[in-house]
Amino acid sequence: MEIRLKGISHSYRDGGLTVLSDINLSIQEGEIVCLIGPSGCGKSTLLRIIGGLELPSAGAVLQVGDPPPKSLNPLTYIFQDFALLPWRTVEGNISLALEDHSIGRKMRNEIIDDVLARTSLTEFRKVFPRQLSGGMKQRVAIARALSVNPAVMLMDEPLSALDSQTREILMADLIELWCRENFTAFYVTHNLAEAVRLGHRIAVLSRRPGKIREIIEIETPLDRRSVDSPELGRHQQHLWELLRDEARAADLELANV
Amino acid sequence: MSDATVVLNAPAEKPVRFRGGGFRTKPLGIISPIVFVVVIGLWELGSQSGLIDKLILPAPSEALQALLELIETGNLWKHLGASLQRLIVGWTAGTILGIGMGLAIGLFSYVRAGAQPLVSAIFPIPKIALLPLFIIWFGIGEGSKIATILFGTFFPTVIATYGGVDNVDRTLIRMAQSFGVSWSSIVRKIIIPGAMPAIHSGLRISIAIAIVLMVAAEMIGAEFGVGAYILLAGSLVATDQLIAGVALLSALGLIIAWLIGKAESYLLRWRT
Repeated sequence: MEIRLKGISHSYRDGGLTVLSDINLSIQEGEIVCLIGPSGCGKSTLLRIIGGLELPSAGAVLQVGDPPPKSLNPLTYIFQDFALLPWRTVEGNISLALEDHSIGRKMRNEIIDDVLARTSLTEFRKVFPRQLSGGMKQRVAIARALSVNPAVMLMDEPLSALDSQTREILMADLIELWCRENFTAFYVTHNLAEAVRLGHRIAVLSRRPGKIREIIEIETPLDRRSVDSPELGRHQQHLWELLRDEARAADLELANV
Repeated sequence: MSDATVVLNAPAEKPVRFRGGGFRTKPLGIISPIVFVVVIGLWELGSQSGLIDKLILPAPSEALQALLELIETGNLWKHLGASLQRLIVGWTAGTILGIGMGLAIGLFSYVRAGAQPLVSAIFPIPKIALLPLFIIWFGIGEGSKIATILFGTFFPTVIATYGGVDNVDRTLIRMAQSFGVSWSSIVRKIIIPGAMPAIHSGLRISIAIAIVLMVAAEMIGAEFGVGAYILLAGSLVATDQLIAGVALLSALGLIIAWLIGKAESYLLRWRT
């Protein structure tokens, strides 16, 4: 299944503040597309529009082809703040995503076993979120997303709420997961290092109203991108040059609102 | 600066003064029983020595005597039973209706627009002022007393519940929507558990209100009930019985608070 964005524009308060303007973008199966841009450029809004949580003022998000038949929730989010229910255990949190589907209790348990194993969480099955560290919480959220067999994952700054060491570990986990399962994802971030490590393509958005300034392609396979490779450094430098002035201007803009 | 001068003018070393601390209570379990014993002991001593007029304030031992008498004659269960029945029926009904109404206000814009002003208008009325009206409507018997308690607990519960619903983390709701979770599942699995802490603090307040209203209602036309017992003791200037009745109310309040605490630590065990 592919996702194609056609001329997405969005403004709040009926033609007031324009957040996004004429975004055209598509994603292939098995590809990670990173969306980066200065704060307030509407990248999270765009992600909400892609997943159908918000309606764009103009344009459409098209689904090309059908999701795999076993997919319970083709477009699945991973949120920055994990969004785990504090009153449910790890198991219960994953179960929430499955309970409204007509699969039996046995099947549900099998799925939970499977995703917990895939995210190395098996021993934390009965634990409440408050007992887990931030990195583990996000891992639970990833397990929950995997449980519904998504066709496209929509990741909204999934590592931004974590400290830098945990971020590094989880990023390695994500890379490993991609190499094993070739998942498809839109990955919103403001961290350039994350973008060059994880993205097959990186779409750079300008400040409000968000437009696509440039799309960068990185050929190196994910598993061969090391932190200190000069190629990634060059890409990161280029991205920073694109963003620097935008970020500065966006900063001033917010101060003037 | 040369080495020599450093040695000569070596700055004095002293530890940095500790400025933290304070403002932090620590649990001292033994203090509370001691305070109890000391207060009651002083009171008893004062009464025995004649420092406190027994007519104005009877000795704790006399109040205890009155309580034992109450148990022996079997009147305790008559009074306490009548009170508890009113309290349980009125408070349970008020709580269930209140939670239902609170959820409706929290979930549906039309209900909120329609009912919220009504709730705000009726909430501040001391419900005991409505008792005469309830007596006309529901009779002098149990009906009017239960209605007073029900009314008194309904409004704080409504306000606590919809406040709790309003404060449920929106990101959790958006998460559930993104997984295609149905509306009724979101209400049952996210909104109600999320509002639970607020509902619980509402229950603590409403049970206190319910006890106050129960006593007040029983003081106006009731044969049995702790309130009626206290009123009768007062009109007979039987201060020992009066104190016994008040102690009974205190014990009732403490036991209920303890029960709610137990329920809370079970239902809200996911917290802290």
